[in-house]
Amino acid sequence: MLNLTLNGLEISVEKGTTLLEAAKFYGMEIPTLCSDEALSPYGACRLCLVEIGTGNHSRLVSSCTYPAREGLTVRTHTERVVQARKLLLELYLATCPSSKTIQDMASKLGVTKVRFKQKHEECILCGLCVRMCAEQMQGKAIGFVKRGIKRRITAPFAKKSEDCRLCGGCMYICPACQARCQGPQEKSPICNACLNLSAPCLDYFEEAMCYMDPCVACELGTGRKAKAQS
Amino acid sequence: MNVLHSRLKTTQDLEKLREQLRKNREEKSTYLAVCGDTGCAVWGSKTVKNFSQECLEKKGLAGTIGLKFTGCLGLCESGPVVIVFPQEIFYQKVQEDDVEEIIEKTVLKGEVIERLLYNDPVTGEKYIYARDIPFYKKQQRTLLASNWKNDPTSIEDYLALDGYEAFEQALTKMTPREIIAEVKNSLLRGRGGAGFPTGAKWEECYEVHADQKYIICNADEGDPGAFMDRSLLEGNPHSVLEGLIIGGYAIGAREGIVYIRAEYPTAVAKVRLAIAQAEELGLLGENILGSGFNFKVSVSIGAGAFVCGETSALVASVEGRVGEPRQKPPHLAERGYLNKPTVINNVESLANIPYIIRHGAVSYCLTGTEKSKGTKIFSLVGKVLNTGLVEVPLGMTLREIIFEIGGGIKNGKQFKAVQTGGPSGGCLPASLLDSPTDFEELSAAGSMMGSGGMIVMDEETCMVDIARYFLRFLEDESCGRCFSCREGISRMLEMVEDITRGESSPGQLDLLRELAHVVKDSSLCGLGQTAANPVLATIRYFEDEYLAHILEKRCPAGVCRELIQFSINEELCQGCGLCLKKCPGEAIRGEKKQPHAILGDKCTKCGICLETCKYNAVLKS
Repeated sequence: MLNLTLNGLEISVEKGTTLLEAAKFYGMEIPTLCSDEALSPYGACRLCLVEIGTGNHSRLVSSCTYPAREGLTVRTHTERVVQARKLLLELYLATCPSSKTIQDMASKLGVTKVRFKQKHEECILCGLCVRMCAEQMQGKAIGFVKRGIKRRITAPFAKKSEDCRLCGGCMYICPACQARCQGPQEKSPICNACLNLSAPCLDYFEEAMCYMDPCVACELGTGRKAKAQS
Repeated sequence: MNVLHSRLKTTQDLEKLREQLRKNREEKSTYLAVCGDTGCAVWGSKTVKNFSQECLEKKGLAGTIGLKFTGCLGLCESGPVVIVFPQEIFYQKVQEDDVEEIIEKTVLKGEVIERLLYNDPVTGEKYIYARDIPFYKKQQRTLLASNWKNDPTSIEDYLALDGYEAFEQALTKMTPREIIAEVKNSLLRGRGGAGFPTGAKWEECYEVHADQKYIICNADEGDPGAFMDRSLLEGNPHSVLEGLIIGGYAIGAREGIVYIRAEYPTAVAKVRLAIAQAEELGLLGENILGSGFNFKVSVSIGAGAFVCGETSALVASVEGRVGEPRQKPPHLAERGYLNKPTVINNVESLANIPYIIRHGAVSYCLTGTEKSKGTKIFSLVGKVLNTGLVEVPLGMTLREIIFEIGGGIKNGKQFKAVQTGGPSGGCLPASLLDSPTDFEELSAAGSMMGSGGMIVMDEETCMVDIARYFLRFLEDESCGRCFSCREGISRMLEMVEDITRGESSPGQLDLLRELAHVVKDSSLCGLGQTAANPVLATIRYFEDEYLAHILEKRCPAGVCRELIQFSINEELCQGCGLCLKKCPGEAIRGEKKQPHAILGDKCTKCGICLETCKYNAVLKS
């Protein structure tokens, strides 16, 4: 067992535990976009930043990829962490405002303005779908191509892959393309208006295909489940 | 002089061969050293070398007078450079036609040819000997010293100049622990940029127990304007190889890899040749010199990604995967190449090793500052008179390097800034010219040592434009894995581009600063963590220039196209029509002998009219 300090709390975790897992186990919530319990950590979204070390030598690392070490001091919600997280979320909103996951997270963390130029990307390159396909579906049908700003996810040679079984795992796990937020308009990238939401499930899915749980629309009584119950 | 040698079985064999080679060398002490490095090659040094060869053969001198096609001799500005030994007479800008005269007069009679001598661009003074030239005089050429005397394709030259003596000493007289202690005592710090102590790196890997370990030489030099590592590999590949073998012996590795980018084909060829030569002599392979130590070296070629200079990305690339960094820890000393403990050292760090072993840590520590010891090679480029490769003791001030060695700014312009550390570094203004070049000082100033690129800029350089240049480079070279680096750099570029177009606001400048700090803080690897430096350093020292762009919509240096205007002074214009002919956008109109005018809407602001006008009638505002 490794002993470390998490937000001032003396904790001990097993060797091989990541800081994100440790924090989760002790009930401290860290927002993430690219991590999933069933998939290998990737460290792409940078929202799970935590501050390790103390004094001048402290630095920010992504908790999903950083293994717990003996004697480490970890702080999950310092000012430095929260500021970086909020600015990154602002950047996410400025890049991919149609993701409900991102919009919800922004509301939760209190991001109320976007000062960057608005883009409308479909994908945040979190890599969840790539890992889902390779690790859970043994498909390896999609992957990353190119680098830097040209990086994107596609099947080999941008053709329909023979390895793809159309299982839909990639769509299930995607935080951007499936859980569409209908709220943001061209002029205002921030939704903050879930009340206007018409449930996407009514138009697009069979009942059995409703992946969204919890679902804002259902909670508000406009979704499929809520309608089925009433 | 390609004698086929038999494999050396003992250290005595090596000594015997070395004695023989030294004697051979003494017999041929008169020789011409023609610089064969890229700078001089562009000026035509290959023709000079071929012609010299022909000339010597024609005169029947080929047997007595040597000819060496060497690595970089340093003063790239004055290429092709030829040095006549043993007197070390320095000739610059040598062309084909001069060769015969050099051989006739200088080599045979010892006369000096005036017109080929180096002419100091500042004082106008002429110098005969290389050692007297201010450019060389201020330098301390330890690693580059043998470039003058060494044919990089000849292991014989290297052996005759005490090459592989350090390796022999390490192998026969020192234990790995002693070698590591020596390197630690020398306080040698990684020359790749971050300045991590090499000895500590080796020790960490030495302590790990594993059936196989690796040592990798990082020659993925990618900074714009930097060519130190390439010059070392092309000029003296055996010195790097020797360092690599000693390192391998010290950490307990049996395999070494030289990772070179594909853009350096000459370096690749020379390193491959050096490895083959060392293998032939038995300095690589099984049971080296009868010691029982086995070591082999291979070359791995990178596909030319800047990010592969980052160690974990480099390992991924050598393994054949996409060059993307991963989270450290686990450090490479625990889990490196093929999940085995691995040490990665920069080319220049390794080239320092033979010197440290041969002369001892104490002697090495005589040079440098308190925390940064030894010498450092810089590639001095940009708007400086003597561009070239310089090696100076660490701690020399920027002013000494730029003005005393570099000879100052070209065309009598004013110095504005110097960029160190490539895209990860920053620009330092004139007020910091007296700060010493050591790892701590440069970092504290908001730049970094980096691998040693030093780009000098004059008053005609726009600092916002420089930030834009480096951001563009980084946007392209980021691997794109982590959001903060990929999107952060792209957004910083977007904002800087807005500034160069005069479409920004003070609020956006604050946001740019905020974003830069977050990118620096939250990115995964060294590339992202330093990507904001070009922005932060230029804002820190040249905020007024940013504000001039933002508030006054003016580019003080006259570089940013959207903010400048070209016009023709009617009184000065003679109507010669030269600018009209040259203008690629057909934006100039006017009758012959009548004052011309520039059509604002068609002008692409390329500035060609300004360059071509003989009457200074074109104005930039």
